[in-house]
Amino acid sequence: MQNQEQINQLKNTVQDLLDEAKKQGATAAEAGLSQDNGLSVSVRLGEVETLEYHCDQGLGVTVYFGQRKGSASTTDLSLVSIKETVSAACSIARFTSEDSFSGLPEQQLLATEFPDLELYHPWDVNADKAIALATECEDAARSFHPEISNSEGASVNSHQGIRVMGNSLGFLQGYAATRHSLSCSVLAQRGESMQRDYWYSVARNALHLESAVSIGNKAAERTLRRLEGRSLSTRQCPVLYCAETASGLLGSFIGAISGGNLYRKSSFLLDALGSQVFPEFVRIHEQPHLKAALGSAAYDGEGVATKPRDIVTGGILQGYVLGTYSARKLGMQTTGNAGGVHNLTIDPGSLDFDGMLKELNTGLLVTELMGQGVNMVNGDYSRGAAGFWVENGQIQYPVEEITIAGNLKDMLKHIVAIGNDVDYRGNIRTGSILVEQLSIAGE
Amino acid sequence: MTDLLNLARQAVLTPSGLQDGDIEKIMNCLLSASVDDADIYFQSSHSESWVMEGGIIKEGSHSIEQGAGVRAVSGEKTGFAYSDRIELPVLLEAAGNVKAIVRHGQQAQMGMIKTAKWPRYYPIVNPLPSLATNQKIDLLKTVDSETRKLDPRIEEVIVSLSGTYENILVANQDGSLSADVRPLVRMNVSVIVEENGRREQGSMGGGGRSDYNYFIEQDRALNYGKEAVRQALVNLEAGEAPAGNMTVVLGPGWPGILLHEAIGHGLEGDFNRKGTSAFSGRVGERVASDLCTVVDDGTLPGRRGSLSIDDEGTPTEQTILIENGILKGYMQDKLNARLMGVKATGNGRRESYAHLPMPRMTNTYMLPGQHDPEEIIKSVKKGLYAKNFAGGQVDITSGKFVFSASEAYLIEDGKITRPVKGATLIGNGPDVLTKVSMVGNDLELDSGVGTCGKDGQSVPVGVGQPTLKIDGLTVGGTSV
Repeated sequence: MQNQEQINQLKNTVQDLLDEAKKQGATAAEAGLSQDNGLSVSVRLGEVETLEYHCDQGLGVTVYFGQRKGSASTTDLSLVSIKETVSAACSIARFTSEDSFSGLPEQQLLATEFPDLELYHPWDVNADKAIALATECEDAARSFHPEISNSEGASVNSHQGIRVMGNSLGFLQGYAATRHSLSCSVLAQRGESMQRDYWYSVARNALHLESAVSIGNKAAERTLRRLEGRSLSTRQCPVLYCAETASGLLGSFIGAISGGNLYRKSSFLLDALGSQVFPEFVRIHEQPHLKAALGSAAYDGEGVATKPRDIVTGGILQGYVLGTYSARKLGMQTTGNAGGVHNLTIDPGSLDFDGMLKELNTGLLVTELMGQGVNMVNGDYSRGAAGFWVENGQIQYPVEEITIAGNLKDMLKHIVAIGNDVDYRGNIRTGSILVEQLSIAGE
Repeated sequence: MTDLLNLARQAVLTPSGLQDGDIEKIMNCLLSASVDDADIYFQSSHSESWVMEGGIIKEGSHSIEQGAGVRAVSGEKTGFAYSDRIELPVLLEAAGNVKAIVRHGQQAQMGMIKTAKWPRYYPIVNPLPSLATNQKIDLLKTVDSETRKLDPRIEEVIVSLSGTYENILVANQDGSLSADVRPLVRMNVSVIVEENGRREQGSMGGGGRSDYNYFIEQDRALNYGKEAVRQALVNLEAGEAPAGNMTVVLGPGWPGILLHEAIGHGLEGDFNRKGTSAFSGRVGERVASDLCTVVDDGTLPGRRGSLSIDDEGTPTEQTILIENGILKGYMQDKLNARLMGVKATGNGRRESYAHLPMPRMTNTYMLPGQHDPEEIIKSVKKGLYAKNFAGGQVDITSGKFVFSASEAYLIEDGKITRPVKGATLIGNGPDVLTKVSMVGNDLELDSGVGTCGKDGQSVPVGVGQPTLKIDGLTVGGTSV
C-alpha cells in the first residue's frame, strides 16, 4: 500500500513523542497524530462558488506521572514542537490531582489483530471533475420543477487521511482512511412560502456514492414537499421519526448509557443495566468491523480492541458505552468505546417506509428536528419539529412551527415499530421509528 | 498600532522566518490572475483549559494552533487553501492552486505595505500567564469548595477554566497589513443536585476578552457557583411545562439569544445576497413592532463577541439592523458587501486560518425601552416567564427558529407563580418581533458564554436584551 511508508514515518514521530515523554519523567504516555488533505468544490447557480484545498495535521499527547495526567496538542509536527508539546503536558501533570482511576488501558485489552477494514479508497477527482459532478447534481435539482426558485449549491468533498496512535505499553498502530461526499441544497417558492431542503451521500468509496442526478432530484423533491407548511393545534398523537431523525433518538439513548454521563450520574438511565429499556422486539448492536463502513475501527481511541456486541437484546440493556476511565469509575471494564460507538445498528423490522406510514395511520411524520432540547439528567425532551400530517397512512400536508415533547425514558419504552428503510450514511444505522405518543405544541 | 503589528509579526511570522517581502511574493502570485479581492491570513493561537470535577483537578490541557490561509476572490468565486506550515514554498503553492479559480486577466502587484489605525476594544494581553498555575488551581478549588457549601442537596460540582491568546495578521491586496491580539477567557460552573431521588442540573459561566483576573474581580467566579446552584434548586421544584401558543415574557440578558436566532442569522449578508433568507429584499420594510431597535456591535469593550477588526481587517462598528421596527441593513463581509454594493460592516469572521470568512454576528442586542420589568409581568394574565436559555437554532429560509428555556415560570394573573420544566419555544423569525408589545428599561448583556455555529464554523458571540413581552409564541411543554 502506497501509504505504508507515510504511516511508518508518522509511527516514528509518535514513538519519538512517547520516548520524549519518558525522557521527561512520565511514567506512562499516549500519543496520537493525524494528517489529512482534501478538496472541496461548490457550485451555485451553475457557476463555481468555492474551490478549497484542505491540509490539516495535528498531534496530541497525554502523559501520566503516576496517577496524575496532563495533555497537550499542536498543529506543528517539527522536532522542536514535539519537545515543547510534551513538556507542556508534563508541566500540567504537575498540577493536576492524583486520580486513582486514571491511566492507560489494561495491556491485555489492547488490540492485537488489525484486519483490513477497507477504509481507504482514494478518488482520482481533481477540481475540474469535481466541478462537473457538482454542476450535474445542481442542474438536476434546478431543472426538477419550475417552483425550484433558488439554490444554495451543490458540493463535492473528498478527504483522505492517516491516523496513528501509540502508548507506552507498546501499542503503535496506524491506518489510512478516505471519506467522500456529494450534497445539494435548493430552495422552492410558492407565493409567500419559501422552503429549503437538501440531500447528500457520503461513503468511504466514491463508487458507493449515490448518483449526482439522484441526489439533485431528491434535494428538489424534499424541498418542494415542504411548501405551504402549517402548524398543528396542540394535541397528543403518535409520531413517526423518519430514518434521519430516528438516528438522533438513538444518539440520545447512547448518550444516556455513556460512561461520562453515568459516573457523573447525569443520565436518565442510571442503573438501567439488565432492565427493560426498550420493548421486547428491539435489538441494538455494534458492528465495528464492517468493511468500508463509516464507523468501522479495529481499535478505539485508546487502542482497545473493538468487538461486535449487543447493547440491547430483547429490549433489555446488556452493556454500557465505556472507555477506560469511565469504566474504572463504575467498577467495570472498558467496552472499547473511547471516542464513541462503531456502526451502531438497530435491527430493522419488516415494514418499509410506506408500511410504517400505514402503521402510524393518523399522526405526525417528523422529518426535521431543531434545537437541543434534550435533558440527559432526567430525560425530558422538547424539540422544534417539521414534517407531515398523516391520515389513514397517507401524507396529507406539510407541518412546521411545532414542537414535540415527552420523556425519553417513556419514548424508548413505547417504540411501536422500526422500519427497514435504513439510512447507512452515518455511524448510527436505523430505519424510521414509530413512537406511540408525544405531545405536540402548535398554534 | 505599529507595536501591535510588530507583536503580530513576532508571533506569527518570526517563528517561521517569514518577512514582509515574503508576504508580497505570495500576494503577487495570487494577483497574477485578475481578482477582486485577495488576502493572506496568518494566525497563531495558544490555549489552555483546566477542569475540576469530583473535588479534584482532573484534567488540564494545552494546545497550539497556527497556520495561514490564502484566498482569492473574483466575482462570486472564491479559491482558498491553507496550511499549518507557515513556509514560503508551501504558501506559494497554495496561492498557485487558489488562483486557478479566477479567469486569466490582468496581472497586478500588491500595493505598498501600509498599516492603518483603528480603535481597540480590549487589552493587548496574554491571559495564559496572567495567573500563575497554582493561582488558577486555587481559584478552581475555592469555587468548588465554596459552591459545595451552598446547599446539602448538591451532588456534584464541575468547574472549568479556559483561556486563549490569539494573534492574527491579515494582508490584503492593496498592501494593507492589519493585526490583532485577541485574548479570550471563559469559566463555567455546573452543578447537579438531588432530592428524594430527583436529579436536576444548573449551570452558569462567563468571560470575555480579558485575562483571568476578570473572574476574581467582583467575585465573578464565586457568583457563577451561586447562580448555578440557584438554577438547579429551582429546577428541583419545576412542574410540567405548558404546551401551546401563549404570551411569553423573556428575561433580560442571555434570552437575547432569541434575537440572534430569530432575526440575526437571517440578516447576515450572504443569505440576503443570495436571496435565501426570509428577510431577503426587505430593507426599509417593517419587520418588528416600533418598540424594537436591534444592533450588532463589535465595539463593546472587553465583550466575548467584540473585535477591534474583523478577520478581513475591517474595523468593527455598531451596525443598526432594525430601527423602531424598520429593517435598516444587513451584516456584511467584504465579498457580500461588494456584490450588494454596500460597505463592509466589520462582520467578516472565520473560525481559523483553515476556514473561509463569512458574515457573522459579534454582539447582537436590542436597545432598552420604557417599561419597568415588574409592569410587564403584571400585564400578563396567563403566560410563561422564560428567564434562562440553553441553545437555539434557525432555518433562515423558512424563518422558523427554536430556543430552549432552561429556567421558566408560569405567569398567572400578573404574578410569577411556579417554576416549570425547560421547554423548547418555536416561532417564525419575520413575525416574532412584530408581536413585541412591551420592552423593558433593563437592558442586560449576557455574561460572556455564547458560541455561534454556522456552516460548521464556531465563533464567540455576545447577545443581550431588556425584558420583552411577546404576544404569542409556541411553548413546547408536555402539559396539553
